[in-house]
Amino acid sequence: MSTHASTAQPSYLVDTGERKGLMAWLTTTDHKRIGLLYLYSMVTFFFVGVGIGFVMRLVQLTTFQKLITAQTYNALFTVHGVIMIFLFVVPGLPAIFGNFFLPILIGAKDVSFPRLNLASWYFFIVGAILAVLSLFTGGGAPDTGWTFYAPFSLKTGTNVSLAVFAAFVLGFSSMLTGINFITTIHRLRAPGMKWFRMPLMCWALYSTAWIQLLATPIVAITLVLVILERFFGIGIFDPAKGGDPLLYQHLFWIYSHPAVYIMILPAMGAITEIIPTFAKRPVFGYKAIAFSSMSIAAVGSLVWAHHMFTSGMSNVAQMVFSLLTMVVAVPSAIKVFNWVSTLYKGSIDFQPPLLFALTFIFLFCIGGLTGVMQGALAVNVHIHDTYFIVGHFHYVMFGGTGMALFAALLYWFPKMWGKMYSKKMIYAAWFPMFIGFNMLYFGMMILGVMGMPRRYYVHLPQFHTMHVVATVGSWFLVLGLLMFFGTLLYAIFKGKKAEDNPWGGVTLEWTIPSPPPLENFEEIPTVTHGPYHFEQKEAK
Amino acid sequence: MDWMNQAAISAQKSDAVFFYVFGLSVAFLIFITALMIYFVVRYSKKRHPVAAQIEGHVGLEIVWTTIPLVLFLSIFYYGWTNYEYMRQAPRDAMAIKVTARQWNWSFEYPNGKQSKVLFAPLGKPMKMEVRSSDVVHGFFVPSFRIKIDAVPSRTNTTWFQATKVGSYDVECTVICGVDHSLMLSKIIVVPEDEFKAWYFGGEDAPEPGKAFRAAEAHPDLKDLPKGLAVLTSKGCLACHSVDGKPKVGPTLKALYGREEQILQAGAMKIVRVDDAYLRHAITNPADQVVRGYPPAMPQTPLTEQELNEVVNYIKSL
Repeated sequence: MSTHASTAQPSYLVDTGERKGLMAWLTTTDHKRIGLLYLYSMVTFFFVGVGIGFVMRLVQLTTFQKLITAQTYNALFTVHGVIMIFLFVVPGLPAIFGNFFLPILIGAKDVSFPRLNLASWYFFIVGAILAVLSLFTGGGAPDTGWTFYAPFSLKTGTNVSLAVFAAFVLGFSSMLTGINFITTIHRLRAPGMKWFRMPLMCWALYSTAWIQLLATPIVAITLVLVILERFFGIGIFDPAKGGDPLLYQHLFWIYSHPAVYIMILPAMGAITEIIPTFAKRPVFGYKAIAFSSMSIAAVGSLVWAHHMFTSGMSNVAQMVFSLLTMVVAVPSAIKVFNWVSTLYKGSIDFQPPLLFALTFIFLFCIGGLTGVMQGALAVNVHIHDTYFIVGHFHYVMFGGTGMALFAALLYWFPKMWGKMYSKKMIYAAWFPMFIGFNMLYFGMMILGVMGMPRRYYVHLPQFHTMHVVATVGSWFLVLGLLMFFGTLLYAIFKGKKAEDNPWGGVTLEWTIPSPPPLENFEEIPTVTHGPYHFEQKEAK
Repeated sequence: MDWMNQAAISAQKSDAVFFYVFGLSVAFLIFITALMIYFVVRYSKKRHPVAAQIEGHVGLEIVWTTIPLVLFLSIFYYGWTNYEYMRQAPRDAMAIKVTARQWNWSFEYPNGKQSKVLFAPLGKPMKMEVRSSDVVHGFFVPSFRIKIDAVPSRTNTTWFQATKVGSYDVECTVICGVDHSLMLSKIIVVPEDEFKAWYFGGEDAPEPGKAFRAAEAHPDLKDLPKGLAVLTSKGCLACHSVDGKPKVGPTLKALYGREEQILQAGAMKIVRVDDAYLRHAITNPADQVVRGYPPAMPQTPLTEQELNEVVNYIKSL
């Protein structure tokens, strides 16, 4: 429908400053380039995490236990968790697509604090380097699981201190990004871009930014206390010195549960952008979706202790946290109903981003419903700390956030690089990914119900069959991932030139050239209507 | 089915809620997925070229807020009431002291008897008073659907009333170090008279439930050399062999008098293994770590006599 708009400005991919090449990228303050810096570094970490997960699955076949000892295995699942959580899923969508598209979606030239934005990326990289160093220095790779439960994390001789310090540094990246996004949304909306005219991705990023800002300091303090306790024995968490191990768990989950919403809210935001574009109609229930994002952020901050139902909390605490956990499931359900209703009476143009968005809904429903199972106390007491949990959170983190990230990547890819990928190859990658995913993680949930505890180097014989199924599933999944990213990588270099608006979207990013020019807009647009305004179809 | 073995009343209570939530979830998932596929096919660009510009519907929003809320609250309520039963042990339950340590379980009965696996009479309530002597562990019996963390400095309780004779796995569910996955035990449920015969039978009474335990090897501690008995009962042999085989930790064979490279506070040192070194290494394992081995050894409380026995035994190897 559109041709390439002529523009005086060069694309953001062209070096225009004094510095060229790599140095131009490493010193950039352009939100789009910073978004890509995050993308490239995170996809690298993601594949390291995938590789470790792949090896862990092989260990469960038991033939590889000559190569990987129990101590190494404990380090592997710890590092897998730390990399995937702190370096990929938590910062993922906000840092990549939030940075790249938030200013464009609200009609701004950049975020409020472009230099702070670059500093956030450097915090991220320094944190990542420290995390990698923790594997090879001191007493070796940490073996506590990514949760660092005290007092084991205080007593183990492995290099927990440096790993925890890495997470502390990464926290700064997260907080500073949060501040930047909140300020940007408050201050830099284009004329006429009222709060309820913002695309829903912005609402999701706004809710997320508040959680990042308010919850991250708590885990930062907790992690510093772990370090102080390891070096000076201050006795906050160690019961031998009068401390309390449950205090650690409370402090850890006060952050780490809301962190789950840091992971999933922007994912939901991306899905909410994709569905209307391909259904060619406004999103169903704009305000319901916007408010459900905010209520997830609010109520989600009050459910942390559902990670601790078997830790010996009081009956009252268990009852209250179980009840609140059920309440927080409601806004997620509302979103699912609104997404599906957005397809109703649309004119659906089925494209790869929509396939991944619908896959997200399916997998996220399984992840959410199995979460409700764990919220029920009588069930929790059986499946807590088993493979059921591992399966469940991979459905939410990977099936949810991961698939949404892939959907967002497919959706915005032509805008970001100005190139189009092979749709056939993406469909082909979807099959092994989907089948492998469900074999692997549904298999894990069955194992959990059977009574297979998590973080086990060896398993009892009754669990072996399902372990084989899950491991074979992991091979399909990895194959699909390689095909998916291979296709995109090829398209960046050799892809056909993409149109400015290949999907017929109506939010602001589709009104500018692909790839976007340096300052996004020739002239800051004036907004006169809501974000999903398909006017050409109304004139019938 | 074997893997959903219900062997206690608590298992029935837990499973009832599980199947309630499971049923609702399957219905919801099928409904959403079918609707999604139907819409994608029915309103494809080809079949439905012009999209209706619908912005929303307040009535529908209220309906799909209220119905899930009610269902979720019913799940909460059912989950809570059944859990309350699982949480409150009856007054007449037999109290067992369960002690978790890296990486084994021990059970002590009211009359002072101790065992490495738990013997339980069929149909009698048994209350578990779970403690830990080092880090956090999790006491999990899948066939009974009970789980409670063993947290140092606390006593957490759970209970069960077995409904089937048999042998049931006990597993640790909280990562607690290198041999977390070997921190296993059994609960052996036997008819009450068989249990009583053992329980009141004094030191030499044969252990009940032999039929279920044929496959397990049982070294009798009384027959072992003194130091080896200590090493066995404290779980040291999980990582250290006495015959030269490599395991997680260095072998104890010919250890005495050997030169070892050790790491202390990041610096490499060479020491000759003697009494003083062994005592220090056993009582303070994190301080000096032998090169090439993980710093995984837990502190194990030993009496002075046990420590002497262990050192003398290692000398003799």
